[in-house]
Amino acid sequence: MSTVADSEAVLAEQGTSLWQDAWRRLRKNRLALFGLCVLVFFVLIAILTPWLAPYAHDAQDLDLGAAPPSAAHWLGTDIFGRDLLTQIMYGGRISLAVGFVATAVALVIGVTWGAVAGYVGGRVDAVMMRLVDILYALPFMIFIVLLMVVFGRNLLLLFLAIGAVEWLTMARIMRGQVQSLRQQEFVEAAISLGLSPATIVRRHLVPNALGPIIVYTTLTIPSVMLLEAFLSFLGLGVQPPATSWGLLISYGAETMEEYPWLLIFPGAALTLTLFALNFFGDGLRDALDVRGSGD
Amino acid sequence: MALLSVRDLQVDFTTRNGRVTAVNKISFDVESGKITAIIGESGSGKSVACYSLLGLLPSPPASVECGTALFEGRDLLAMSEAQLREIRGRDIAMIFQDPMTCLNPYMTVGDQLVEPLVYHGKVSKAVARERALELLGEVGMREPAATIDQYPHQFSGGMRQRVMIAMALINEPKLLIADEPTTALDVTIQAQILKLVAELQHKRNIGVIFISHDLSVVADIADEIVVMEKGQLVERGDRAAIFERAQHPYTRKLLDAIPAGSKAVSSEARDDLITVSHLCTWFGQGRGREPLRAVDDVSFTIQRGEVLGLVGESGSGKSTIGRSLLRLVPITSGEVLFDGTDVTALEGVALKQMRRRMQMIFQDPYASLNPRMSVYDALAEPLLLHGIESRKTVEQGVLKLMDDVGLARAFVRKYPHEFSGGQRQRIAIGRALATRPEFVVADEPVSALDVTIQAQILDLMLELGREYGLTMLFVSHDLAVVRHIADRILVLYKGKVVEQGTGEALFERPQQEYTRQLLQSIPGRLLLA
Repeated sequence: MSTVADSEAVLAEQGTSLWQDAWRRLRKNRLALFGLCVLVFFVLIAILTPWLAPYAHDAQDLDLGAAPPSAAHWLGTDIFGRDLLTQIMYGGRISLAVGFVATAVALVIGVTWGAVAGYVGGRVDAVMMRLVDILYALPFMIFIVLLMVVFGRNLLLLFLAIGAVEWLTMARIMRGQVQSLRQQEFVEAAISLGLSPATIVRRHLVPNALGPIIVYTTLTIPSVMLLEAFLSFLGLGVQPPATSWGLLISYGAETMEEYPWLLIFPGAALTLTLFALNFFGDGLRDALDVRGSGD
Repeated sequence: MALLSVRDLQVDFTTRNGRVTAVNKISFDVESGKITAIIGESGSGKSVACYSLLGLLPSPPASVECGTALFEGRDLLAMSEAQLREIRGRDIAMIFQDPMTCLNPYMTVGDQLVEPLVYHGKVSKAVARERALELLGEVGMREPAATIDQYPHQFSGGMRQRVMIAMALINEPKLLIADEPTTALDVTIQAQILKLVAELQHKRNIGVIFISHDLSVVADIADEIVVMEKGQLVERGDRAAIFERAQHPYTRKLLDAIPAGSKAVSSEARDDLITVSHLCTWFGQGRGREPLRAVDDVSFTIQRGEVLGLVGESGSGKSTIGRSLLRLVPITSGEVLFDGTDVTALEGVALKQMRRRMQMIFQDPYASLNPRMSVYDALAEPLLLHGIESRKTVEQGVLKLMDDVGLARAFVRKYPHEFSGGQRQRIAIGRALATRPEFVVADEPVSALDVTIQAQILDLMLELGREYGLTMLFVSHDLAVVRHIADRILVLYKGKVVEQGTGEALFERPQQEYTRQLLQSIPGRLLLA
């Protein structure tokens, strides 16, 4: 194994970065791969919905009313006779977009904020974290209502508003991680090599803090989706005829005794997404942990 | 009859890659009033053997395959968990390597001492407390009455180990198993603890199993020595037989690994690379509080190409000096001239340039490497950062470093956790040398390592030092190690330099009381002299 030719072959065939290594490990994890496939599948459907959906998103058949699954309507129809499959497909566009975009916003702000506060420490840290505390203390609803009133109802704004609230916890987790990591000698070693603080945070601290961050991210995506449902329910989010999984579920819940399929199918779509997310999230965490047994 | 008689003990571990025999058919005896030392490197199965006697190994994966261990005529290996619980702590007690992690930080020392007594002895709390006070006195605790209600963090490492010993002795055990009890301690403290164990064992006429990786540690106290390698018992004999007539090559290798002798001093005149004058590094000053004077008015010089040893106990400020020179901690006052440039005033690009020229090797190879970076990335980072290699040539540069520090090139994609402690330290050395530094601070680079590995790493450092023309500041609490590697030695006590000179001068003619005390603490010095 230790001949020069061999080792150069090893060098050539394997990736350099943590992410390439992680991908190599992830591919061996069937459950995580399955999760990823489901997610990609859902996202693809969401993107292609306008071409794939069996009916127009606002097509009604008031004479039909709420009908159970049939050959014409695979997943049945709601009380207005709208095709449920079409509704779920259009709803998925909103729900997935909210889930991913708002979480991405939270992730970027939270990780950066937390890492800077944790690494720099001292007065900067105190000011930054007090700001987080203040935002925590702000009633979330009032914050959103204010935004909506000032800027008008706007889907993008909704994403940003949710993201702007979710990053607070992310920042706290990141700060805690960075604070304990920066005590370690490898950070001191990096300083004595002459690396800049930004590089130390990016290359040495963030990768080591990813485990809890990924777990929290997979928890954030579903909670963001449900938050959107709640806001929509209050009339602050998406409005009919546009819809989302959260809205479908909350309407379905109202009529679940007479028309159970109106709850079951949107619920199944959300549940399947959450399962896939969790499998993928766990797999990603393991894959990024080089100490894991994946190799 | 022997107090404990172990015959044909075999312990296997079931791992993902099949069964591994950790302890392979070993036999030994422990007599009352005698100390039996079990010596071996990490992974030799010495701890596993002892833990299996008390049923302390998690099973699975561990399983005792065969053997007997007669303790006062009863077979420990055949006992039920309930029977073993009766024996653990009462008849057989243990002390562990790290006294901090073995004490509950949220319980006072007194409460922890009393616990096993109340549990096993069924005596009242008041009586137990009396016993605890008495014992704390016996293990050399000053003012037991005042310290019994303190918490573990209020004690120093040595004091905590005394508490652990008191705890082990409180039920009057007949057998004491000590698993590397002094490895985490300073040399001077180690000497005190060793003396204490020998005294207590003698006075109470109990049997002791003393586990260590270091033959020199047990040189003064062991009656019987058992040497283990890779689960096998390779040699067994009384102290004189092992130290004077060792038969097995592995035993001889262990003996050879004990650092001894001074480095030959070269007499050629060289210019000063580093001049430190009136260096002070204080912590926690301000707000009217008295600062901790970690380094207090220290001045010295290091010549180009010289290895300067810095010796002292923990808390003497020796690591802080190293870190101050490299600007890793803020300096309170004083001047550090490196090749004529005042390091303390540098900022920005100039500081980065200077950092390339001075590097550090850390004590703990487990903490000093980023666990998420492969060896390749760890070594490539400094090469690229300082433009020593371009993107195209960096691969060759990394492989060259691997060769230099004696690591197989095929390991280059592995992560730190896949390496042993010694190999990790080689990676850390490689990283420090990557920037082609002129000066390296080595902060206890071998104290976390087994003795045999220690010797290899020291040799590697000496060799690379010559090859790269390095000037080195070698920080250690271990005089024997420093004497082996350093041209000149600085003895530090409470932030001040108390004595300096060549290794030979210090060892032959120590001027200060403290230096003498340090010298007397070197384990096995009489046997090895």
